[in-house]
Amino acid sequence: MLSKRIIPCLDVREGRTTKGIKFENNIDIGDPVKMARFYYEAGADELVFYDITASYEKRDIMIEVVRNVAETIFIPFSVGGGIRTVDDMRRVLLAGAEKVSVNSAAVKNPEIIAQGAKAFGSQCVVLGMDVKGVEKSEKIPSGYEIVINGGRTYMGMDALEWALRAQELGAGEICLNSIDADGTREGYELALTELISTSVDIPVIASGGAGTPQHLADVLTQGKADAALIASMTHYGTYTVAQIKDFLDEKGIKVRMKW
Amino acid sequence: MIAIIDYDAGNLTSVARAVNHIGYECTVTKEKQIIESADRVIFPGVGAAGSAMESLRRLGLDEVISRVYRSGKPLLGICLGTQVIVSGSEEDGGTECLGLIEGKTRAFPHKLKDNAGNGLKIPHMGWNRVRVEKEHPVLKGIGEMDEFYFVHGYYPDPTDAENVLGRTEYGITFTSILGKDNLIATQFHPEKSGTSGLNLLKNFCEWKPC
Repeated sequence: MLSKRIIPCLDVREGRTTKGIKFENNIDIGDPVKMARFYYEAGADELVFYDITASYEKRDIMIEVVRNVAETIFIPFSVGGGIRTVDDMRRVLLAGAEKVSVNSAAVKNPEIIAQGAKAFGSQCVVLGMDVKGVEKSEKIPSGYEIVINGGRTYMGMDALEWALRAQELGAGEICLNSIDADGTREGYELALTELISTSVDIPVIASGGAGTPQHLADVLTQGKADAALIASMTHYGTYTVAQIKDFLDEKGIKVRMKW
Repeated sequence: MIAIIDYDAGNLTSVARAVNHIGYECTVTKEKQIIESADRVIFPGVGAAGSAMESLRRLGLDEVISRVYRSGKPLLGICLGTQVIVSGSEEDGGTECLGLIEGKTRAFPHKLKDNAGNGLKIPHMGWNRVRVEKEHPVLKGIGEMDEFYFVHGYYPDPTDAENVLGRTEYGITFTSILGKDNLIATQFHPEKSGTSGLNLLKNFCEWKPC
């Protein structure tokens, strides 16, 4: 049986992580390569890097980060943020990332999913989806709408329809982020996660809202997610990956216990 | 020197980085001479069997791999490399493969279910365990708690159980490690499987097949 994956997410701006984790005598370290190594040794099953560098000119810094991370950890990792073209995807993959995620670029130009899948294989292409709950309507029958710009711009697209379309276009995985739950630390959006997970045939990573190990247990069972993204709950040392895995293991959820 | 065969099947630098990390020199190459003069050879790959066999034939590497096998040098197949060392594959409407081990690469059946009746997703992607069926120097130290990273929709199915070294469960039980003489091949990616995978790679780098 496959293990459920626990995936720490690191936001990187101009080559530095925006939330430094506390380790090694509580010294904040904002170096994404060191953080990657820390999480690799701590038992993370995969890592996600999200490049939030604003200026396009400074994006080469991220490629250098990806190259250094690839030399340092020997588990899969994906890179997202600011991926606009197949060429952007190629650069990230050649630098050593296992997967690349597209979000708003795919909303504006869905063909990028098909082009990426054709060029590199579906297993390399992750669709990142930012979703907000809205009232059900003819246009948004699931009651979940696709948003971009950190939730500020509503796109008039139904989240479920978009997930199915992306799968058809060749996305190999979906990273499903609930903007409503994001940052609350009150738990993942279970109904949304279950809806998408049980409707598509590709794996779904749940994102947004993790605060306790119980939240992960909930989204991996009730929410039917294949993997769970975590950020602040481990970045700030509240929990370790091992503590989360021990908790899940005791609940009978299969996770990778040896690393 | 270890040669990693490059035949335009995915990004192979991750294998090279892992081999370097455990302290061995290697080169990613499509040069026949370099491959044949290497001490040991790794045959990785990501993608589809049809285009992989096409590239191998175009580059003349299909024969090189057969010669490496016959020469008795340690040879490691990974993922797609593993899928094309058997006689044939169901992929791309049926593809004739290298035939170093008799058998067929098959697609996972549709509508797979786990023990609890939940539908399983294809490709089989993520971490899973391997039940070692036979002792082997390259599998030294690998136990039931070790997990490896898989990404695949097809799996190798050797005809002779003699060639099955490890099995994995995913709706069905499939062969995840196979081997014969100086050849060993894994369906998973040891280069992406943390310390368990690095351990296997290190064993391979030290392996002296008799």
